[in-house]
Amino acid sequence: MSDRHDWPLWEVFVRAKRGLNHNHVGSLHAPDAEMAIRNARDLYTRRQEGVSIWVVEARHISASSPDEKDSFFDPAADKVYRHPTFYDVPEGVEHL
Amino acid sequence: MSELVDYVLRLGDDALIHAQRLGEWIAASPQLEEDVAMGNIALDHLGQARALLTYAGQVEGAGRDEDTLAYLRDESSFLNCQLVELPSSDFGFTIGRLLVFASYQYELYGRLSSSSDATLAAIAAKAVKEVDYHRDHATQWTLRLGDGTDESHGRMQQALDDVWPYVPELFESDPLIASAGLRGIAVDPSVIEEPALAYVDAVIADATLTRPQTNVRHTGGRRGVHTEHMGYLLAELQVLARAHPEASW
Repeated sequence: MSDRHDWPLWEVFVRAKRGLNHNHVGSLHAPDAEMAIRNARDLYTRRQEGVSIWVVEARHISASSPDEKDSFFDPAADKVYRHPTFYDVPEGVEHL
Repeated sequence: MSELVDYVLRLGDDALIHAQRLGEWIAASPQLEEDVAMGNIALDHLGQARALLTYAGQVEGAGRDEDTLAYLRDESSFLNCQLVELPSSDFGFTIGRLLVFASYQYELYGRLSSSSDATLAAIAAKAVKEVDYHRDHATQWTLRLGDGTDESHGRMQQALDDVWPYVPELFESDPLIASAGLRGIAVDPSVIEEPALAYVDAVIADATLTRPQTNVRHTGGRRGVHTEHMGYLLAELQVLARAHPEASW
């Protein structure tokens, strides 16, 4: 039996019965992808939470850095014109 | 209807005793994830056992419910096969046993779901989906342990060698199975030997393991004859209910 530290971490995404997209639900350890899907089935779909499972090894996920939070996300805070509600729709415009 | 009672007890006791052995892995598995997997499989078995023992009590009509049958029967009244009562000596053994037993149960429940007994057919139809997953779980582990390191290969082969003398009992037919009262109701175990072992053989081969060759066969569970391990298992299973009769929690 492998040492537990040999097993990589996997991130688990589950699509609910009425859901359109897979949502991140948590992570787990498994020796490979097939076992990760089975472990995910046991850990995250015991109460009929989902009808489809994705797993991806955590090391394959590239994430934005918390240090860049200011430059990445804050500038969007005052750009109200990026929201459709900013614009008045002229009367008489159809098919919008 | 005593034939039907005994037949249902055989099925229910198999599930109950295997659940007890599987449950021993909770908090003792190689991984937290496997704790949950073993727990799920054990609970599936426990669910089957509850339905089957409840039904056996109803058919018997003597007022015994699932708890009475599980907690207050003595060893010689249990009709489970000996394979399920053996101690879980290591993880490989548990997997080897699960592979064989789930393959047996898969074929059994598949056929039992068209039994002329409506209750048995319904229980089997629900259980066969559960067992399908148990078989897959055991398959995945057998492949990885068998085709893994020298250490895991050796221990998985040893596990199969230890399991094998108890396999023939699963597929034994006997006068109870052949009795007129069970015609159309029961599944003759000898009929499912070939498909069940064909599945096991394929997994064994894929896992680079060898099917054990042995003429040793242990049997007797269906008549209430058990291994020396059964008494200890029942002691642990039954102690609370016997020490505190009628207790509820």
